[in-house]
Amino acid sequence: MNASTSQPDTASPALFDSGMLLRATRDALVKLNPVHLIASPVIFTTEIIALLVTVLALNDVVTHQPAGFAFQVAFWLWLTVLFATFAEAVAEGRGRARAESLRRGRTDLKAKLLVSPDRNALYRPVSATELRRGSVVLVEIGDLVPSDGEVIEGVASVDESAITGESAPVIREAGGDRSAVTGGTRLVSDWLVVKITADPGQTFIDRMIGLVEGASRRKTPNEIALDILLAGLTIIFLIAVVTLVGLAHYSGSALAVPVLAALLVTLIPTTIGGLLSAIGIAGMDRLVRFNVMATSGRAVEAAGDIDMLLLDKTGTITFGNRMATAFMPAAGISESRLATAAAMASIGDETPEGRSIQAFARTRFSVDPARPDDAQTIPFSANTRMSGLDAAGRSWRKGAVASVLANLSGAKPAGFDEIVDRIARAGGTPLAVTEDGVLLGVVALSDVVKPGIRERFASLRKMGIRTVMITGDNEVTAAAIAAEAGVDDFLAQATPQDKLDYIRREQTEGRLVAMCGDGTNDAPALAQADVGVAMQTGTQAAREAGNMVDLDSDPTKLIEIVEIGKQLLITRGSLTTFSIANDVSKYFAILPAIFVATYPGLAALNIMRLHTPQSAILSAVIFNALIIVALVPLALRGVAYRPLGAAALLRRNLLVYGVGGLIAPFIGIKAIDLVLSFLKVA
Amino acid sequence: MTALGVAQIVLLLAVVVGCAIPLGAFIAAVLSGRRTFLSPVLGPVERGLFRLSGIDPAHGMGWRTYTVALLVITAVHTLLLYAILRLQFYLPFNPQGFTGMSPRLAFNTAISFATNTNWQAYSGETTLSNGAQMLGLTVHNFVSAAVGISAAAAVSRAFSPASKGVLGNAWADITRIVLYVLLPISLLMTAALLALGAPQTLLGSVTVTTLEGVKQVISIGPVAFQEAIKILGTNGGGFFNANSAHPFENPGILSDLIENWALLLIPFSMPVMFGLLAGRARDGMALLATMALLLTGFALLLYAAEAGGNPLLHALGVSNLGGNMEGKEVRFGTALSSLFAASTTATSTGAVIAAHDSLMPLGGLVTLFLIQLGEVIPGGVGSGLYGIVVFALLAVFVAGLMVGRTPEYLGKKIQAKEVKLAMLAVLILPLSILGGTALSLNTASGLGSLANAGPHGLSEMLYAWTSATGNNGSAFAGLSADTPLLDYGLAIAMILGRFAFLVPVMAIAGSLSLKQSLRPGAGTFPTDGALFVGLLAGVILILGGLQYLPALSLGPLAEHFAMLAHATY
Repeated sequence: MNASTSQPDTASPALFDSGMLLRATRDALVKLNPVHLIASPVIFTTEIIALLVTVLALNDVVTHQPAGFAFQVAFWLWLTVLFATFAEAVAEGRGRARAESLRRGRTDLKAKLLVSPDRNALYRPVSATELRRGSVVLVEIGDLVPSDGEVIEGVASVDESAITGESAPVIREAGGDRSAVTGGTRLVSDWLVVKITADPGQTFIDRMIGLVEGASRRKTPNEIALDILLAGLTIIFLIAVVTLVGLAHYSGSALAVPVLAALLVTLIPTTIGGLLSAIGIAGMDRLVRFNVMATSGRAVEAAGDIDMLLLDKTGTITFGNRMATAFMPAAGISESRLATAAAMASIGDETPEGRSIQAFARTRFSVDPARPDDAQTIPFSANTRMSGLDAAGRSWRKGAVASVLANLSGAKPAGFDEIVDRIARAGGTPLAVTEDGVLLGVVALSDVVKPGIRERFASLRKMGIRTVMITGDNEVTAAAIAAEAGVDDFLAQATPQDKLDYIRREQTEGRLVAMCGDGTNDAPALAQADVGVAMQTGTQAAREAGNMVDLDSDPTKLIEIVEIGKQLLITRGSLTTFSIANDVSKYFAILPAIFVATYPGLAALNIMRLHTPQSAILSAVIFNALIIVALVPLALRGVAYRPLGAAALLRRNLLVYGVGGLIAPFIGIKAIDLVLSFLKVA
Repeated sequence: MTALGVAQIVLLLAVVVGCAIPLGAFIAAVLSGRRTFLSPVLGPVERGLFRLSGIDPAHGMGWRTYTVALLVITAVHTLLLYAILRLQFYLPFNPQGFTGMSPRLAFNTAISFATNTNWQAYSGETTLSNGAQMLGLTVHNFVSAAVGISAAAAVSRAFSPASKGVLGNAWADITRIVLYVLLPISLLMTAALLALGAPQTLLGSVTVTTLEGVKQVISIGPVAFQEAIKILGTNGGGFFNANSAHPFENPGILSDLIENWALLLIPFSMPVMFGLLAGRARDGMALLATMALLLTGFALLLYAAEAGGNPLLHALGVSNLGGNMEGKEVRFGTALSSLFAASTTATSTGAVIAAHDSLMPLGGLVTLFLIQLGEVIPGGVGSGLYGIVVFALLAVFVAGLMVGRTPEYLGKKIQAKEVKLAMLAVLILPLSILGGTALSLNTASGLGSLANAGPHGLSEMLYAWTSATGNNGSAFAGLSADTPLLDYGLAIAMILGRFAFLVPVMAIAGSLSLKQSLRPGAGTFPTDGALFVGLLAGVILILGGLQYLPALSLGPLAEHFAMLAHATY
């Protein structure tokens, strides 16, 4: 995979650009439609109130009463609503560009519909939209794959850059773990017979477009719960404000509607209410920028909750390709002689194993033989299972122990079998080395843990997530690699059933499990896991079973997915706390302002020393509107997540958003009051 | 404020908490059907009662059945009490020959005692026979307290990983609570009160010749036992109109300390029981700590407001030594009166040893606010616990998001359904309190009930609706409560405050009990530490403050500032 694609900073465009802002402003106005707004109860309430105050202000004009204050309140209430719809529009706008490019690739795809599932059968050209689940099509070099499907015949290289952004073509073949093809990708060699697995409109690309546009966005469970909380708070404040009319009437003070409207709107949680959907869309967008496609927002939220991560060892924790880690000479042979011979046998061998032998000999024994002039490389073949070099009548070979022994001219040295056994028991692969037909010893190849992986697991542990390594190796090898990589647990000699059982057992004990996999045999475990991330290179079965697909096929990406899920919830929680904490200051601004005429003593509550009752009320309303815009960047970017323990994280966020939310509006409202009194507006 | 006064308050609260912890463990054991030190004596009685009534304590109930059981027993007892109040003339133990209560007052009183409110729109000694007091009110003090505790037990069990939808057997819970908890402690308290001078007799009154040679009729009756359960069960409905300020209900300083201790005892034991039944003892202690810290703070605040005395009187040359003594018993003094006022409002008891109407404006504000916080610090027996659990769910919901996980409390995920039900429960309170107050202050009938004008009148009316909705039952006084508007209106408020809150909470319990219990991990927000205590206290204060600050600013706050400006109402 291309490391740079997993860096969001390089892939992410500027938070705003002027063209996008223009379009977002237009969209924000369209979104004022109450039918659209009703999905957000807090902002819907605000719009109704803004409308009411506007009508009353107009009525005041008609009846020749002073309406200036009412108009000012109405203006800022409308702005409050507009800022909220603007936040959503901006969030949607960021995903739109990507959707456009995806859509361009999808239009007018043509397909060669085969009459029978056979390469040589007759086909008839049809539009891709006529394809249904189960249709069989032929795709040839230069063709675009018409829809998602499973390769049932053939091998071909496919350019998947349309969806992954990765330009190097990948191999797709029938059978095995690389049989899935995606609609909109292009064949750059050979041909494939593909059985279609998606109906029109439900293909992978369709889902991606829906996701990034936010069009098919449904509220996630947690978002629904939060919406209910916000609606409940809105009703509570509605009760408090409406009953206040009665209490004030008894106390001999008549409250004007604009004043009550100002009090209500500043109390109801407009800040989080206005930013909630923008937060959700931006979270999805962040995931897409990481080249991960989630089937639903629900899956992203679940990712934030997981307690345990199941990772395949090979390719994830270790490099997978085996590397030289020791030279073990036969009796009477020096280590450096073996190293030299092994290095000679690897000259011209460009396989990872061959290069690793050369590198190991160079770094450990400073052995770096030059290629002889008349040298002839003997490449590895499945037949001989050996490779090597012939030069000036001499020969060097390395290969599988059994094959080397079979071709040995001399006798097997004493103690050789013990060496081979020892390597095999430790999970390594022994390669026998000969020089001119004489067995010199063995190169031990073993799996090497990726650098930096230990730190990643440590940071997962700090998040409260345990990592479990799954491997087909025996216990001893698995334990050695597990200790080296720093995973919390491992599952050795794991069959697909073992994986499934392991996940089930953890789940019944009350843990949420994430896993990633690519093979068809991973499909049951992917489906069972609470978060299953399938690799884009994997089979169609795996991709359907999981609830996310990683386009870069990088299993450690789960760490970022977890972070994005957590960040989504943290941003919502922090802004909710901020929104509620803000209310305290608004009471201190508005209550003395509206009752000071009746009970002059209540002026003592005006601790901000706001100039006039009118400017106090306006300042609160203006602050309440401006804070939404001020927080749009935070909502889109998300509150930074740090892998700290839950208690430390909460303490930090409570301090910033809770205590900060208590104090900030006192300062903000006072500042606005100073500006208003300077401008003599109120 | 004197150091001695502060020490009295803090010490008594410390003793209460010290006793509540073992009591909570005992109640948890009793309700789990485990053997306790009382089993040798009461075990046979318990089994006999179960056999007689066909109760199988092992037969668990889901939340619906459990709730229906609580509603049914309350409904039956409300009807029974109504009948007793109406028919007391024909019933035994009526030496004074009192006639039946009016239908309206009987309706209000029956609901009041059945909801553990014990709002009294009548004077006990001039209205009710000894029979009605014993068979009606005392019995219902037991029943309503047991209903509250069993509901709390059901909610606690919902968090246990083993519950799987079963919340216990309501009939067995109610029986065990009465038998093992309420009866033994009440009997001990009765003995103590008798020893200290409270009467327990079937006589209606005694006639004595005073030192001045005048004949005086003094009401007495079966006071001691009713007093014990009235306090212990956070009921609060006094035998006499003067309630616990009456020397027969509360003869002296020692009885006062016992009563103040007893009215806090079971409420503070509830979080301990909660923790044990839920299988999370430490989380229960965190709730206990939250309750204790907030109550201590408010009691000291109330004491500070009272100890300062009235600046207007001070200006007239009246000594402020001893603080504001208007409406207080000299026997008890400012510190203990303040502690009792805070305890009785914080626990939904409603018994009083001083006139809350005569508290300083800020002192009155504290009593009002303590009820308005939702009666959760520590609240009524049982109801305080399930109330604070609702706040804990809301606190965890918001805070849980801030640590980046779907919020969970004690391993149970809090999702849309729970939030919806919790908000529904919480919504009822301001609707009833603020709606009722605003409505009655704008009707001729409501205004006619007020003894004072201006902000003090507003406080009186606000207090009545707050007290009824919070199932507290104490009165600010200065309000003629036996009017059609208030009799019926407050009765509805009492029902809403009790059952419109209880039913959603039971539904939450039902939903949670079916959820899988998640294991706590390093990423789980800990709900058993100081951070959670602070968070929960903050949520309770901010949520309560945001709802009621406007109303309070027109009542006690306006009066306070007016007083500073030398205006009275």
